[in-house]
Amino acid sequence: MLTYTIRRLLLSIPTLLFIAFVIFMLLELAPGDPMAQMPLTIPPEVKEKMRLALGLGEPWWVRFPLWLKQFFIVEPQYWIDQTFGTNFADGAQRIISFQSRSPVFDTIAERMPQTLWVVGMSYVVGVLIALPIGIISAYRQYSVFDNVGTFVSMIGFSVPPFFSGVVLIVIFSVSLGWLPSIYDTTHQVVDWDTFVFQLRQMIMPVMVLALQTTAQVSRYMRASMLDNLGQDYVRTARAKGMTESVVVMKHVLRNSMIPVITVIALGIPSIFGGAIITEQIFKVNGLGQLLIIALQGSDIPMVMTITFLLAVLIVMMNLIADILYGILDPRIRYD
Amino acid sequence: MPDGALPVLDVRDLKTVFKTRGGEVHAVNDVSFDLRPGELLGVVGESGSGKSVTMMSLLGLLPSPPADVRGGTVTFDGKDLLQLDPEGLRSVRGGKIGFVFQDPMTSLNPVFTVGMQIAEPLRKHMGLSKAQAAVRAKELLELVGIPDADQRLKDYPHQFSGGMRQRVMIAIALACDPKVLIADEPTTALDVTIQAQILELMKELRDKLGMAVIWITHDLGVIAGIADRVMVMYGGQVVEHAPVRELFGNPGHPYTKALLTTIPKITGAREKRLTIIEGQPPILAGAPKSCPFRDRCNVAFDRCAVENPRRYDVGAGHDVACFHAEGT
Repeated sequence: MLTYTIRRLLLSIPTLLFIAFVIFMLLELAPGDPMAQMPLTIPPEVKEKMRLALGLGEPWWVRFPLWLKQFFIVEPQYWIDQTFGTNFADGAQRIISFQSRSPVFDTIAERMPQTLWVVGMSYVVGVLIALPIGIISAYRQYSVFDNVGTFVSMIGFSVPPFFSGVVLIVIFSVSLGWLPSIYDTTHQVVDWDTFVFQLRQMIMPVMVLALQTTAQVSRYMRASMLDNLGQDYVRTARAKGMTESVVVMKHVLRNSMIPVITVIALGIPSIFGGAIITEQIFKVNGLGQLLIIALQGSDIPMVMTITFLLAVLIVMMNLIADILYGILDPRIRYD
Repeated sequence: MPDGALPVLDVRDLKTVFKTRGGEVHAVNDVSFDLRPGELLGVVGESGSGKSVTMMSLLGLLPSPPADVRGGTVTFDGKDLLQLDPEGLRSVRGGKIGFVFQDPMTSLNPVFTVGMQIAEPLRKHMGLSKAQAAVRAKELLELVGIPDADQRLKDYPHQFSGGMRQRVMIAIALACDPKVLIADEPTTALDVTIQAQILELMKELRDKLGMAVIWITHDLGVIAGIADRVMVMYGGQVVEHAPVRELFGNPGHPYTKALLTTIPKITGAREKRLTIIEGQPPILAGAPKSCPFRDRCNVAFDRCAVENPRRYDVGAGHDVACFHAEGT
C-alpha cells in the first residue's frame, strides 16, 4: 500500500504539470485585458508600460516556467520563512495579484477560513444527514420515509443553490427577519453570544450547500445498501441468529460504505465549485467570491493559482479515494 | 416411529404463500415431515418445487413481505418455532439449528475475516469471550478439514477456494453444536471432486457429532449415497416419502419413477438420447385443487383434475401422494 501511494504521488506530478499548462494556456488564449478597468484618462503609452511592468510583455514560454517556479519553489520558501523565521526566499519575487498588487497566497490565506467554515461545515453536515437517511430508506424501501427521502433528494438534485439560496433569504431574512442575509466575515467568536451569532449567519449558506450533498450522498448510500441487503451473506448472518441491528449496521453497512466513501471523497472538490455561487449569494468573501472577482478583472495570476489549487485538491482526493477503497475492501490489494 | 425415538423436528401442514402483484403464489402446500435424531433426510425436487422455501420458512428466514407463513406447526425442542418471538427464533437459528447454503462464493461476508465470521455465533449463542471463541473457531476449522487453521482464521473469504469456503460455511453451521443441520444444496455450486469431499465430510461429521441433517438437493445420486430417508417434492408438496432403499427400489409416484428414468446409465447403449420429463413445472398460483403433476403424468385420469391426492401410506414407512397408490 505504501509503495502504491508513493507511485501514485509520483505519477500525479506530470498530471498536475499538464493541468497547470492547460489552465495557463486557456487563460492566455482567453480575451480580456488586465488594464481594462483602469481609468480612461491614463494615456495608452502609460498603460503599455504598466502592462510590461506586470510581465505581460514576455511570451508564454517565459511566463509559464516563471509561474511554476514561483508556485513550487518561491511560495513554499516564503511559507517556511514565515513559520520558522529562516531566510530561504531571499526576497525572490512572489506570485502577485494584478488587481491588489499583493501576494496571491496572502489573499488566499485570508479568504480560506470563511470558505472552510461554510463549505467544510456544509459537507460534514450534509454527509452526516445523508448516511442515516440512505440506510433507513434502503432498509424500509418504498415506505413513507423512503418516499419522502426520494422526493427531498430529487429537489436537492434539481434545484440549484442560486435559486434555493435566494428563496431562503426571501423567507428567513426578508419576510421573517430571523437570520442575517449577509455573512459577516469580520465577526469574531469570543463568547456564547457571538458563537450563536456565528451559527445564525452560517445556517443558510450551510443548509443550501448541505441540501445538495445530502441529496447525492443519500441516494448513493441507499442504492449501495439495497445492493447489499439482497446478498447471500446477509441471509447467512440472519441464519447465524444475528440481530437485525448487527446484520444491517455491521454486515451490510461495512460493505455498503465502500463505494459511498469514494463518492464522499471525490465530492469534496466539487463542493468548492458549488460554493463559488453560494458565496456570491450570501456575500461570504471566501475563495469562490475571490475567484469570481479575479475572473472579472482578468487577474491572471490569481485565477491561475486558485484554479490550480482546485486541481491539486481533485487529484489528491482521487488518490485518497483509491487508498480508502483499498483499506475498506480486503479484496483490493494494490501491491 | 419405527425405532421409537422422538423426532427432533416435527413439521405439520406447513403453508407458505408469496404475495406478488400477480396474486398469491402458493410455494409450500401442507408439507409435513419429521426428522429423528442422527438421521439424514434427503429432500429432492426440481427448481421451484418448494424445497428451499420449506426449510427457510421453518426458521423465519424468508423476507416478509412478500413471504407469509400461513399455517402449520414446527415443533422443535418442545416449542412451536412459528409461534416464537423474533428473539426466541434468533436463539434457535445458528444455535440449535445450523444452516449451510448453496453458493459458498457469495454466502460469506467478503469484508470480514473467516475467524470473525465463525466466532460471531459462538459469542452470541454460547457466550464465549473473544479468546475462547478464537480457540473454538480454530477447532472447528480443523474439524472440517482446513489445514493450518490458526493462520487461516485471519484470512478473508476471497483467499479460500470454493470447496474451502463451503467447509467454512459448514464450520459456521456446526459452531454451536446444533441438533439439526439444514444443508440447502451445499454441493450444487461445487465441481464433482470437491462435491465428493464435502459429502464424505458431512457423513463423517454426522457420525462424529450425532446431529440430524436435512439435505436438500436435486441430485438423486447424492441422495442415494448419503440419505436414510428421502422426501420427493413437486409443486410445493410432498409427493413421495420413503426410506432410501425403498424409494429407489420401489418408487410409487409417477414423478419419482420419471425422475429415476432420467438418470443416465453408464452401462448399456450409448446412442440413446437422455431421458427427460415432458412439460413444464406447474404455476403455483392459487391453492391447489388438483394433482400438481397431472399435466405431465402419463397415468393421470379424471379424478386427478378435480382432487388433490393426499399422501397414502403404502407400508414400510413409505407414502405416496397419488390416487394409484390408494388402497395398495
